[in-house]
Amino acid sequence: MMKNSFFQAFRDTLPVMAGYIVLGIGFGILLSTKGYNFVWAFAMCLAIYSGTMQYMAIELFSDPSLINTAITAVMSGARHLFYGISMVERYKNIKGLKKFYLIYALTDETYSLVSATEQINPDYCFWVSLLDHSYWITGSVLGAVLGEFLPFDSRGIDFSLTSLFLIICTEQWLNSENHTPALIGFSASLICLLIFGAENFLVPSMALITISLFMVRGKGKNV
Amino acid sequence: MFDIHAGYVVIISGALTALLRFIPFIAFRKKRPEFILYLGRVLPYSVMTMLVVYCLKGVNLLKYPNGLPEFIAGISVILLHSWRRNTLLSITLGTIFYMVLVQFVF
Repeated sequence: MMKNSFFQAFRDTLPVMAGYIVLGIGFGILLSTKGYNFVWAFAMCLAIYSGTMQYMAIELFSDPSLINTAITAVMSGARHLFYGISMVERYKNIKGLKKFYLIYALTDETYSLVSATEQINPDYCFWVSLLDHSYWITGSVLGAVLGEFLPFDSRGIDFSLTSLFLIICTEQWLNSENHTPALIGFSASLICLLIFGAENFLVPSMALITISLFMVRGKGKNV
Repeated sequence: MFDIHAGYVVIISGALTALLRFIPFIAFRKKRPEFILYLGRVLPYSVMTMLVVYCLKGVNLLKYPNGLPEFIAGISVILLHSWRRNTLLSITLGTIFYMVLVQFVF
């Protein structure tokens, strides 16, 4: 069972491997050009473990205001509240250190895989979380060590993560009867992106999505 | 010399990121009200389309190539996946197709 879960998790996380190693290398390279070596890359992958936040932290290194760091962390990390809210019921029977790790390692990509099923297999979720984390660490440390040397033009390879999310949307769409939540997520974030701009649209999007979901609650078929 | 300021940045952003991840699990540790169960059912659908928008937020529609590579590759991924339902195939072909588009076509 444990072994099966591992292989299933490995197969499902292959797209994340592609995306994380490349994005991690990009992060490591950027970090090393600012004068921080692979020890920093490794430490940040453990202490922060959020791609978006780690990229922004590099910018914040040269910002003397720690308040700005705190504001950026809360704004960009607020979407994790959503992940927690949707996983709290699914993870309810998992206990101890394992649960601690599952929550700490709940990134966008890990969430997209572990939230895909209604029936949770704790071993599977654990392997997905651990494998994704190891890809991210590998990429980041590699990038910081290699510096700017890259064997091929990898421009565009980060589309693998966009593809992953698109595919999960497609699967969800084909497997469900009620498309309202998906349409709400898409239109609310698009509207907020146009109004608030790329840097500030996530928090208003989350508010608008939550309000809209409560407005349609109980109407039509439930998901 | 050890950059203590950068150390603070790592600790503060790390602590806040972890805090945001833990808050829902701590707040609804014992009782999970009906509205949380409802959100737990519907949010994965809304969040996933939000993440697609999040991934594409940097695309500038007003400047060449006007988001065309993302649009063409994105539609291709959706069509290919609806047809074959093979995640690895859709991601691999979709990503390679996008790389060809941004490196050689546009």
